Amino acid sequence: MRRLTQTPPFGLLAGLLALSLLASPVLAETPEEKGRAIALETDKRDQGWGDSDVRLTMTLKNAHGDTSVRDLRLRSLEMNEPGLGDRSVTVFFKPRDIEGTAFLSHTKILDPDDQWIFLPALKRVKRISSRNKSGPFVGSEFAYEDLVSQEVERYTYKWLRDEACGELTCHVTERIPVYEHSGYTKQVVWTDTTDYQPRKVEFHDRKGALLKTLLFKDYRQYLGQYWRSHTFDMVNAQTGKSTVLSFSDYVFKVGLTEKDFRKNRLKRAG
Amino acid sequence: MGFARRFGLAALVWMGVCLTLFGPLPVVAEEGAGDWDLSVEAGLEARVFANKPAFSEQSGNTLSPSFFIEPEIVYSWNDGDDRVTVKPFLRLDKDDDNRSHVDIREANWLHLGESHDLVVGIDKVFWGVAESRHLVDIVNQNDQVEDLDGEDKLGQPMIQLSVSRDWGTLTGFVLPGFRERSFPSDDARLRGALPIASDDATYDAGREDQAIDFALRYSHVIGDIDLGISHFHGTSREPRLSVVAGASGPALRPHYDRIDQTGVDIQYTADAWLWKLEAIGRGGHGSYFAAAVAGVEYTLYQIQETNADLGLLAEYLFDGRDENGDAPSTVFENDIFLGARLALNDPEDTTLLAGAIVDVGDRSTLATLEASRRIGADWKVEIEARAFINIAPNDVLSGVRKDDLVTFRVTRFF
Repeated sequence: MRRLTQTPPFGLLAGLLALSLLASPVLAETPEEKGRAIALETDKRDQGWGDSDVRLTMTLKNAHGDTSVRDLRLRSLEMNEPGLGDRSVTVFFKPRDIEGTAFLSHTKILDPDDQWIFLPALKRVKRISSRNKSGPFVGSEFAYEDLVSQEVERYTYKWLRDEACGELTCHVTERIPVYEHSGYTKQVVWTDTTDYQPRKVEFHDRKGALLKTLLFKDYRQYLGQYWRSHTFDMVNAQTGKSTVLSFSDYVFKVGLTEKDFRKNRLKRAG
Repeated sequence: MGFARRFGLAALVWMGVCLTLFGPLPVVAEEGAGDWDLSVEAGLEARVFANKPAFSEQSGNTLSPSFFIEPEIVYSWNDGDDRVTVKPFLRLDKDDDNRSHVDIREANWLHLGESHDLVVGIDKVFWGVAESRHLVDIVNQNDQVEDLDGEDKLGQPMIQLSVSRDWGTLTGFVLPGFRERSFPSDDARLRGALPIASDDATYDAGREDQAIDFALRYSHVIGDIDLGISHFHGTSREPRLSVVAGASGPALRPHYDRIDQTGVDIQYTADAWLWKLEAIGRGGHGSYFAAAVAGVEYTLYQIQETNADLGLLAEYLFDGRDENGDAPSTVFENDIFLGARLALNDPEDTTLLAGAIVDVGDRSTLATLEASRRIGADWKVEIEARAFINIAPNDVLSGVRKDDLVTFRVTRFF
């Protein structure tokens, strides 16, 4: 508790902050340490989910309101080895012309990820470059880097302030990607102080301007512990385009293992 | 009879026997336990030929339309670990009787086991990493009437057993029932330099198209390297064409040699660079020979601050077979491929691919431009242009030297 007294005063927020610090397991000295501690707490609360399987719909909307829909299935595996991020297989059902197309991703914390794509027309599995972090995922407002697992070590952090976010209170943290080829100079993340789940992220482009805002809505809890947002709402502030990801119910601990995320199984993923 | 022969009716019977030997198919535990999925792809295609044909007996139509349909029915159970897939294909072409054809692309049972994957039935398999020529890819016969690029394949009856461990994946194939290569009709465009006597094909194998072929493939991912090593023992998918006296003048008769082909394919992925190598050694057509494709693919992401990616492709093709010997002829003996792929990454998935394969010796060139775009949720339009440039009269491609064409295709997905 000694460190608490060293927390710099923040005017009216100080009292609230002290309360939230007392109430939370996060104890940090500098804003950088505190920001990182918040990310670690989010990560800690999500450990042990094992594997999951979920169907989702991605709705792309342009500035004129025209929509385009993708229907996909995402299977994920939590990896507990140091240096390794999670693994995932994404299979498309719609649009129909890319039905059966599948992506396999072995994420790393800081090294380039390993990625493969399965092209059903040729029955070809092709290793692809993972350099493309900032490009749009299937024409949507989500970049590849927005959808891979959010590993703590991929960013440096700085806690900015605490503020109300809807009915909750949120830690507001700035994080800067340290992995290569990110399209962002910084992200600002709102993490609630109750469950330590992200509620909102602002993405700032390479020029530092606000590019996109992502809202995480409709959180539901699984296995009495793990929270998942079922609506990701991404709006591009510069183009007016938006993409909504709607998740059906998740299934956890379905018995997926590493062999389900090997390259040779990708052609069977559909 | 032609229908039965093309399908290898006996091969299907043989497969039935195999299915029985492999033990009864897992019985669906309860009514309604499985899932049915039906999807259909159907479209219209118009091929527009720029020049008058090279041979007087060929149709002189500038516009050559066709229709195709490819339904796919999948029944899956055991949480998708068992799947039966049936995927027939039909094309009706106004000007080419041979291109009007039916094929079973897939008719198989797939089982994903704890320690192995098993496929029994007709399936398609792809091996390799290169773009300009699919050299190691030998399991399926080319559906040559569909397109010349070797990417359309006939369904191949097989038993395929795969085991995957920490040391890699080992897959064994038993391939009963050989599929002969199909050729455009003698009175249609894109035919050979002489008529093809397809019905008189001859074989090394005494059992002709009933001989059983075998293949083994090992593949593994080692860091940034994807490696495949394969061996095939069986009937060559490439026929050797020899001139024979036909009823109406000279014709080319296909002969299918018994061959052994060892192949290796490697891709090294480093940042935006993909380094690729495919190489084979093949014995059975006279002298043993080697062939290879090696090249790079480099992608420039989000060019000019747009969402578009530009991929640049360069490959060198070498083939050491004896041109005047006992091997099937090839157009890729000493060639360079250069290409570019533009992906706009827009909601419509608009892509453009331009490429040319140029013979280093005589500068004969096969140039291709392909563009595709989705329209709405269920439609796709494609344009493909091919030009045959500087084709020498004695070249393998001399039969198609007047057949520059543009294909317009509209596909509806159900």
